Order: sequence, then C-alpha cells, then structure tokens
Amino acid sequence: MNYYLRKIIGLFATLFLVSLTTFLVFQFLPENPAEIILGVDAEPEEIKALEKELGLDKSASQRYLNWIKNLMSGDMGKSYRYHQDVAKLIANSFRVTFGLAAMSLFFTVLIGLPMGIYISKKHNKFTEIFLSVVTQIGYSVPSFCMGILLITAFSKILPSMNYVPFSVNPLEYFKTMLLPSLALALGSSAILMRYIKVCIDEEKNKDYVRTAQSKGISDKKILKRHILRNSLIPSITMLGMLVADILGGSIIIENVFSLPGIGKLVSVSISTRDLPLIQGLVLYLAFIVVFCNFLVDTIYSIIDPRIRLK
Amino acid sequence: MNKYSKYFKNSNIIIGIIFILIIFTLMTVGFFYTPYEFDDINVDNKLHFFSAEHILGTDDLGRDILSRLMLASRVSFFIGTTVSVIGLLIGGFLGSLAGYFGGITDEIIMKLIDVQMAFPGILIALMMIAVFGGGTANIVMALSIMSVPKFARIVRSGFIKYKNFDFVKAEKARGASHLRIMFIHIFPNIMPEIIVTVSLSFASAVMSEAGLSYLGLGGNPTFPSFGKMLSEAQGVIFKAPWYVFIPTIAVTLILMGFNFIADGIRQIQKEEKNRI
Repeated sequence: MNYYLRKIIGLFATLFLVSLTTFLVFQFLPENPAEIILGVDAEPEEIKALEKELGLDKSASQRYLNWIKNLMSGDMGKSYRYHQDVAKLIANSFRVTFGLAAMSLFFTVLIGLPMGIYISKKHNKFTEIFLSVVTQIGYSVPSFCMGILLITAFSKILPSMNYVPFSVNPLEYFKTMLLPSLALALGSSAILMRYIKVCIDEEKNKDYVRTAQSKGISDKKILKRHILRNSLIPSITMLGMLVADILGGSIIIENVFSLPGIGKLVSVSISTRDLPLIQGLVLYLAFIVVFCNFLVDTIYSIIDPRIRLK
Repeated sequence: MNKYSKYFKNSNIIIGIIFILIIFTLMTVGFFYTPYEFDDINVDNKLHFFSAEHILGTDDLGRDILSRLMLASRVSFFIGTTVSVIGLLIGGFLGSLAGYFGGITDEIIMKLIDVQMAFPGILIALMMIAVFGGGTANIVMALSIMSVPKFARIVRSGFIKYKNFDFVKAEKARGASHLRIMFIHIFPNIMPEIIVTVSLSFASAVMSEAGLSYLGLGGNPTFPSFGKMLSEAQGVIFKAPWYVFIPTIAVTLILMGFNFIADGIRQIQKEEKNRI
C-alpha cells in the first residue's frame, strides 16, 4: 500500500483511539455530572432534567457518537465554571501556549544546534566532561525548577509581570515570555545538543566521508556539505518528540509564571472539577501531539525517501 | 573477576550512586530521627537562614526545613519505587507478549502504546486525578500507566532481537515452554536495558510527582513533598531566595543520580558492543 495512505489511515486510527480513551476514562466518574453542576442540595427533578439536557440518559455508545459529532462541528460543550464554550476558551488560551511553545522551540534550536556541532568538533577529555555535565543538568533539572531559579536570578532585570498579548505591546510580550520559554528550552536544548553530537559522530566514520577526505576536501567543507546534511535528518524526529515534551512541560511552567495559557486552564479546570473543559483540553493536547508526530513523519519521508520502504 | 564489578568501576555509575545515597541517607535517618517535628510551627522564627539550630533554615511558618526535607524524600522514593516496579511488571508483560508472539498481538499492544504516548507529559496523570481524585494511590496508578510504554518498548525490541537467536531455537527444539524461554533464556540478556529503563522511569516518576505536588495535586496534603516545598519557596522568593535551592537541589540530585546510572550502563554496553 502507498506509504502516505497507510500513514493517514494510521493517523485517523490513532485519533479515534485517543478520543475513545478520553471518553472512556471520563465514564469512570464516581459522581453524576448533573449533581456536580447543580450542587448537593438540588431537587431530584432538576437533576433528572439536566441529565436529559446533557444526554446522560442515553447509552454510552450513543453519547460517544454524539460527542464526536459535536466535536466535528467545533462544539466541545460548555464549561461549568466559565459558562462559555469550551472550544472558545481553549482557542483563547492556546494563543499563549502556542507562543510559548514556538519561542522555546526556537531557543532550543538556537542553543542546541550550534552547541552540538561545536562540541562534535572537539575530542578531548575536557569537552567530554563538559558535555556530560551539561546534558545531565539539562536532563535532570525539572523545567519548573529551572523556571523558579530563573525568576530568582533575573528578579532585578526582568521583574515578574502580568501577561501582555503580542498585539498590545510586542516588547512587553517578549519580556514576559523570555524566562518561561528559556526555562523550557534549556533542558531540551541539552537533549538536542547531545543528540546532534551523537548523529555527527556516527556519520563521521562512514565511507563517503573518507572518500571526501581522500579527495582533499577541507574538513570544514566536509562537515558543512556532507556530514551535516545527513546527520541533521534524524534530528527532525527529535524535534517532534521535543514538541510533546515542551507542551507537557508548559502545563506546569504556565503555572510557575502565571501565564493564562492551556496549562493554567488545565490546572484551574481540575481544581474546580470542570469536566467538559478537562475533557476538551485533554483531547485537544493529545490531538496536537498526534498531528505533530504525523507531520514530522511526513517531512522525514520527504527528506529521506528511504524511510518509505521500511 | 565478578561480572558485576565492571559496573562499580564506571565513574558515571559511582557518581550516580553517591548522589542517590545523599538523599537516601537523609530519608533513612528521617525514619529514626528528625531535628524537629516536621509540622512544628514557630512564627517567631520564620525564614531563618542556615544556622546551627536549623541547619537548612526555617520556612515561612518557622518549620525546620531539614526535617521537612527528610520526610519529603520518603514521598519521592516511595513513588519512584512503586511506579517503576508496577511499570516494569505491566510493561514487561505487554512488551514480551508483543515481541515474542508478534503478529496481531504485537499490533494491538503497540497501537495502545501509541495512543498512550499521545498524551504529553503529566497530562494522563492530570486526567486521572480529575476523574478519580487525588491521593497517593491514584497518583501511583497514573504515573505507572505513564511509565508502561517505555518498558514495553524496550522489552519488545529485546525479544524481537533475541527470539531468532540459535540458543532460543535450540531451547524450542528441546521442547521448552514459551514461558521458560521468555523468562529464563531471553530476559537475562536484556537485563542491562531494563535496569536503564528502571532508572529513567524512577527519575521521571520523581519529577512528575514533584510537578503534581507543585500544582497542589500531590498525595497527602499535610505531608511535606519536594513539589510543595518548591511552591512554598516560590511564595517567599524575594524574602528568602535561598529556600528555592533546597528542594531544587534535592530533586535534581535524585534525578541526576538515576540519569548518571543509566548513562553508565549504556556506556559499558556500548564498549562491550564495540569490543565484539
């Protein structure tokens, strides 16, 4: 079967299973959603009426189909707490999270890529130790700890302030987003750096490099023209994984810096038991990750067609 | 020479064990002795810097930070251990089924794991806390589910690699049962990879627990934990900037310790592979 056709079928199968899982987990709720909305001292008739309105009197499979049908038309239900459409709430706060994720991805590549290339050129004890220590710190300091440390370190230069949308004041926006995105990027850039170094080291020992060397091409040119192109391809897969990491990390980071993004919405919706909102958010984030992985796979197969044959 | 002694000569592994031992010793001492009661409130003595009376100072309510740290490390070690054991059992079981039998079993299990991987970071834990409520048992359950894919993948790839080796075929010809082949013959060969995964999933469970309790969604609300200390420290960040460093360093030591051990084992394996 065609590679892309198979990928697209796989994509839809995963989306279906992800939505089914989310739906099923929320079926285990110990209490009745109608009771959560109306409170403990609601009349039984009121609860009955609301159950009917929410469609709780129907069978589980019917409710699932309804839920999916509404999802397709962009209706994710109404938040209990905010009394607004879940889809709208998510769309509003996603702008913040998207900005944060984009900026941290940018910093990740900006720091990780040159460092990885630089470190692969050096082969001595000192750089080995340096690499080991830096990557260990990158792996080990949780991003929210890094965030709090950055707040402490930069409290004089960048005092914490409220989130300002880009459209209102771009400069202030960057000021508020700088530390949170750095907190996410420092860890992931260490991971990227190490990955690039390993990829370059692997390519260095291949035959085509020796051929190029024997033709008398300078090391610099070999690295730029030959090794880098081949060794950066696997890094694209890495970036896909980092997107999921950064999205997951942003849930906590947004709470550290009180940014009004998806992460903040998630934690608020859990503490207020705002079920439609949680369900919508979980599904939304999972879908983004699935789509990102799909996109990365597709880009990868365009750059490196060999992968399609596997 | 003992076949394990090479592991204790590797510098990464030694550093890792030392890091973990620092916190582990603190925790063990905490079972028998703490300088103060962890919830002794003393408002006259709040946010004191390190001193002979309070070695790591006091927090916003005048509680002794060292005593709280000793108890908090219990939470981390408990969560890390239970999560990696449960993850190993479930993930190892699923992974060996998928890898050994292949075919449709493999596809179903791998698809389930793909689905699980779609939920980024601690999102699965958050969803389960939303539905089942907080509490230590639920957090252990949620974090274990998060750690299953890593184990399943590593065990699966190990089984796929070894199931066509001659020694496995020979055992099959001798009439050994599937279970015997899986656990007595194949498992010992993938032990190093499994230990690496145990270390990594221990570290990530400790990190996730810290994140959850930072968000106020941790287990027991009256018991100290690293995440809760972090969020308390953030509240007094301008009055006592040193406080943040204490839980951060404690968490980082545990995480680094396990990451170093994982690195060391990988290094040894790579060297062995290169020698062959």
